[in-house]
Amino acid sequence: MRTPSQTVGPYYSIGLCRRSESELDPDGVELVGTLFDGHGEPIPDGVIEVWDTAGRRWGRCGTHPAGSFSFRVPREASRLEVYVFARGLLRHQWTRVYLSEEQDELLASLPPADRETLVAAHEDGRMRFDIRMQGDRATVFFAH
Amino acid sequence: MSAGYEVEVDWPEYRSTEWRAPKRPLVTLPEELLALDGPVFGEDCLQPSDNDLTRQHGGEPIGERILVHGRVLDEDGRPLRGTLIEIWQANAGGRYRHEVDRHPAPLDPNFSGAGRCLTDGDGRYSFTTIKPGAYPWRNHENAWRPAHIHFSVFGRVFAQRLVTQMYFPGDPLFPYDPIFNAVREPAARELLVARFDLAATAPEWALAFEWDIVMRRTPVEDP
Repeated sequence: MRTPSQTVGPYYSIGLCRRSESELDPDGVELVGTLFDGHGEPIPDGVIEVWDTAGRRWGRCGTHPAGSFSFRVPREASRLEVYVFARGLLRHQWTRVYLSEEQDELLASLPPADRETLVAAHEDGRMRFDIRMQGDRATVFFAH
Repeated sequence: MSAGYEVEVDWPEYRSTEWRAPKRPLVTLPEELLALDGPVFGEDCLQPSDNDLTRQHGGEPIGERILVHGRVLDEDGRPLRGTLIEIWQANAGGRYRHEVDRHPAPLDPNFSGAGRCLTDGDGRYSFTTIKPGAYPWRNHENAWRPAHIHFSVFGRVFAQRLVTQMYFPGDPLFPYDPIFNAVREPAARELLVARFDLAATAPEWALAFEWDIVMRRTPVEDP
């Protein structure tokens, strides 16, 4: 039996955000986004972790009062694994952001509307990946 | 939910889950993705006082000094070596050093409430800290969280990532806490509770608690 998960709660920044860890690559492209709840309201007490499995680079960013987060990620990365933690999430959620046009088997297997939730948008030289926990345009999360 | 002993994510008694927990079924990915290597952290991410929360300031924090130790293992009992553990907690009065915490208990100038360490060759970790206090929250009328320490553990593979909370044995608040009870299986809840460890107690100095953390099975490496 494994140790169950519990929420990070509202005070996680004491332990998890003691230093800036949002730069996976200082010369990389900026990846920004907002974490939204089921009301469409920004979640100001979430924490996002991204993991570039190909380049073995990891980053973490607590969401700001407006629910926003920002990373600098390798330009060559085609996708990143994403973990979402927050008060109200008893277990972290796993999703993935696609940064290039390149489609893989997983992305191709999803209905178009779901596929769109995982693909970052180009926005003034940076990339945008909003995460919606619930609702019509809810981000696709994976079982783990 | 892959197994019956995991936490219930959509759990109305913990009100914040209502608009945050995903409502749609999760998409199942191929098993091998769960075995992807996760990030590795080294000694360079540690400072000398990181695993002793009582020595991070000029003076000593108020409260009951405790040692918290244990091992990080996988479900097969194999130790996870060199994995990063991060902890954070309230002070002895039940107050976090965080701007959002409005509980009218005093802050302790000698206590930040955060620590980290890497597990050793046997998967062992240890922290010196003070026992956190229980504190009220606004989930329901007269809601109190049992005393707990937050733990974040990376593990070796990406899918072993775990953030959880360690509780203290015999806490009278257990039956009333919706976060603790979101783990529905009593035996699984027990895994969140540390064991009082008289043998590890430092005489004339600190009580000790032992808490092992068990992670998802580590995929067997190629020979």
